[in-house]
This record gives sequence, C-alpha cells and structure tokens, in this order.
Amino acid sequence: MRRYTVLVALAVVFVAPLLWALGTSLKSQTEATRVPPTVWPAEPTARAYGTLFEGTTQTPVLRWFANSLIAATGQMLLVLVVSSLAAYALARLEFRGKRVMFGVIVGTLLVPGFVFLIPAFLIVDALGWLDSLTALIVPGAAGAFGVFFLRQFFLGLPRELDEAALMEGANHWHIFLRITLPLSKPALATLAVLSFLSNWNDFIWPIFVIFSPDYFTLPPGLSILQGAYTIDYPVIMAGAVLASVPVLILFALTQRYVIEGISRSGLKG
Amino acid sequence: MTTLTAKASTARAATPVAWSGRATPYLFLAPYLVLFCVFVLAPAIYGVWVSLHDWDFLLEGRPFVGLDNYTALFDPSSAVYADFWMSMRATGWFTLLSVPFLVVLPLGIALLLNRPFRGRTFFRGLFFAPYVLGVAVVCLMWRLLLDPNLGLVDWLLGTDIAWTTSLPWGWVALVGVTVWWTLGFNGVIYLAGMQDIPRELYDAAKVDGAGRWAEFRHVTLPGLRPVMLFVVTTTVLASANMFGQSYLLTQGAPGGETRTAIVYILDQGLGQYKMGSASAMSYVLTLALIVVSVINFRLFRGRS
Repeated sequence: MRRYTVLVALAVVFVAPLLWALGTSLKSQTEATRVPPTVWPAEPTARAYGTLFEGTTQTPVLRWFANSLIAATGQMLLVLVVSSLAAYALARLEFRGKRVMFGVIVGTLLVPGFVFLIPAFLIVDALGWLDSLTALIVPGAAGAFGVFFLRQFFLGLPRELDEAALMEGANHWHIFLRITLPLSKPALATLAVLSFLSNWNDFIWPIFVIFSPDYFTLPPGLSILQGAYTIDYPVIMAGAVLASVPVLILFALTQRYVIEGISRSGLKG
Repeated sequence: MTTLTAKASTARAATPVAWSGRATPYLFLAPYLVLFCVFVLAPAIYGVWVSLHDWDFLLEGRPFVGLDNYTALFDPSSAVYADFWMSMRATGWFTLLSVPFLVVLPLGIALLLNRPFRGRTFFRGLFFAPYVLGVAVVCLMWRLLLDPNLGLVDWLLGTDIAWTTSLPWGWVALVGVTVWWTLGFNGVIYLAGMQDIPRELYDAAKVDGAGRWAEFRHVTLPGLRPVMLFVVTTTVLASANMFGQSYLLTQGAPGGETRTAIVYILDQGLGQYKMGSASAMSYVLTLALIVVSVINFRLFRGRS
C-alpha cells in the first residue's frame, strides 16, 4: 500500500501540469487571469480554440499543424528506408571498412548534437533549401540512431533463415524485403514512433532554417503565438494542447513498444 | 533506383556465401551514407574551415584569420571573452545542478516500479508522458505556471517568487522543469537494467540474510553500474546541450546568467552572423565535453 501512496503522489506531480494546461485552454481570458487562479475552468468555453484555428497570416495555425504532420511523416519514412537498408548491410553483410564505418557512424551519437548546427545551416543554404519543408525533412534523417537501433535488432535475428534463402537462390534484396523486414516489425514500429516524436517536437532546427510563417511547424509557431497574442493565455495553451495531443495519443497507443525500444537500444552495445 | 541495381548485381551470384555481389553492401549503404556525409560529416569538417575565417553570412569577403577566433576566446580583453565564459559557466552550473537529480530520482522511481504489481505499465507511462512533449510546449506551460502574478505555483506555495527572472530561482526553475520533463527517460533505462540483473543474485543475498538496503547496495547497485555509466554520460551530454529551456523559459534572465553556451553560440552565429567565432566556440565546448566524458568513463571503470 505504501508503494501506491508514493506512486499516486508522484503521478499527481507529473500529470497535474498537463491537465492544468488543458483546463486553461478551456477558460475565458478573464478566468485565466483571475487571482487567485482556478485549477479547472469554472465556465468552460471553446473560444480559445476558435481564435487559434481562425489564425492570421502571421499565425496560420492549421497550416503549421499540416507542416508538422508532413515534416514528421516525411522524415519518418525517409529514416525507415535509409536506416533499414544501411543497418542490413552493417548487420548481415561483410565488406571492407565495415568496422571503421560503423565506428564513425556510432561515434557521432556521442557528439553534442548542436555543435555542427552552424555549418549544417550553411550547407542547407548552399543547397537552396532554407525556408522550405525539405530543410525540415532531409537533414534530420542523417542521424545515426536509426541505423544503430535497427542494426542491433537485425543482429539478433536467426541467421539460418538467410542462409536457407541464399541456398535457394535468393539474393540479399529478397532476404531484406521478405525475411528481415517482416521479422522486424516491432523494431520498425518503435523507430517510426521515435522518429515521428523527435521531428514533431523539434524546436531548434526549424527556428533557424525557416523564416516565413507559412513553413513553420507547431513548436516554433507556438513561440510566435506567444508574441502575437501576448496575454491571451487560453489561446497559447490551446496551441500547446494542439501540439501535444497527437503525440500523447501516439505514445499511449504504442507505449509498450516505445519504452521497450528505448530501454533496449541504449544498453545492448 | 539503387535497389534495382542491387538486385541486378546480386542475382548472378546465388552461392551460399555470406555475401554475393561485391557492390551489394555499398548499395545497401549508399542512401544513408549520402545523407550522413552531406549532413553530418561535411558539417563537422566544414565547421573547422569556417572557424578559421572571419565569416559573416551576409558579407562577401570572408578573410582567413587563422586561430584568431580561438585565441580571442582566451583573451580577457576581447569582445567575446566575458559573455562566452559566462555562458560556459551557465552550462556548467546547469549540468552540475541537474545531473545529480536526473541520476538519483529516476533510480528511486525505477525501484518503486521494478516489482510486478497492478498498474505498473500505467504508472510507467505516466512518468514517461512529459518526455513525449516538446521543449516548446513544456516551457510555454511552465512559464505560465511559474508566473509570479497569475501562476499556480506561487499561489500554492503562498509565495511571490519571480521564478524565471531572478537568481537563484531561475536555476531552480530550469532544473526543476528539466527534471519533471526528462526524468521518465532515465527511469526507463534503469528499469531495463534492473531486469537484466540475474534473479539468483537476489536469492543468494536472501540466503545470506541481507535486508532490503543490503540487497540494494550489494546486488542492485553493482548490477546497474554499466547502466549508470550510460545514464550519466547521456545526461551530461543532454545537459551540456541545453538550449530550449534557457531560450524559452528564463531567456537568459536576469542578466545573461542563465544563458547557456549553446544559446550564446547560436545567437552569435545565426543571430549576429559571426559564424567563424561561433564555430570556434562550438569546438571549445565540444573539447570540454570530451574531457568530461573521459573523466566520467575513468571514474566508472576505476571502481569496478
């Protein structure tokens, strides 16, 4: 019983701020700025959501939502394709320079992510991708996590299946498509969710490569909202809710996979 | 495209060997390697080149200045010296203050969640949920919760502390919000580590008459050493990389004391367009982190 008391108390600390944000998005502006503050709206109203979805040319919120969806889905698909192909080679094939290549790729996981942001910005500029959705989709897919994660999973698959298939004249492309990928559905699903989450939540890269409100995603959009509707807290919280609900639902549906995937990938070097 | 070629080159060699066409591995790797070279490797190398120049994004001329950008960082009379080291200090403080909480608290929660009981998955999900949110959402929420006039936190505590604009409260806010946000991640890593500790060790400890505490000290903690190393390393790296909280929550307030190195570097490079100087700063920060990581590895290895 003591365990539950402690857990419930902790759970309140973790969840209350989320519920409070949801509640605030349903308050009127007068109620949101009332002192003392109310925890849950006394007279719930959807006004904030109306204002939010109406948007303006400076704050096209639905457009941001669509951009977030396109960028996160696009990058997720790209990550799945390029990482699974590379991970197959690193886990299943022999070739010169494999160890060095794997070492270099994994080594980048240990380098603080933001230190190369300025040269990366210059390269994206040279490619003419600044202020476009391409800049939000492609460069981020070069991360090493997906390759590392899938390689670890592929290493654990039984080799006998490959060998039997090779005996029957299949080539590696067939094995990859018909054996490896179907057996790796849990790992692919985990990587898909993790990739989607990280792109959906990314704040730092979009604020530097995107300039026009039309190409913003929700996270940088939220920081504009804060300026545009300076004191309209319900609208700002409605924006926060809009940005969180999709990922919270996605997480709730895939919780077991995601938590398992994170815990396994980090540890089994 | 690549995949079609892969098919063509491997179809001929249908022998039961570990690999068929010589090019096959490279064809599988090609799409990723192109991305990796252009967006990871090239920036890492190009950054060095940029750091050796007086590089203004908006100007045509970018004169070569050798190591000037680096020496300026160590010259107290230069324009960047004071601000750069203040930001490095802020990063150091944040790391020093947040890492102990992010190493110890998740361990406690993982211990609570380790044994099977009803609702375990549910609680695991709850503690992990904030981690799923983005830094923009987290900071927006907490800015309002910590507002000295309208915020719930001051009202509940019966205080009127300016959490985000004064010291030392700015640090309390940054560390507190970060712990709330990311604690679930480390908790999950610990849980995985605990499941890998052989049950026999616990049974043996019981036979020896070990109590809960002795069991924790002599079985759980030693069993978690590799996991701890992983947690400490990734947490130090994440803390040293801290950007969003400082940028959105305290905005460096009160006078730049809570502006972290990454915020300062990116402001110099992409805000003020002093990209050469900013790149030099990135490498100095990276070097500092490598030193910290090496010390970290030594400490953990030394004890085992």
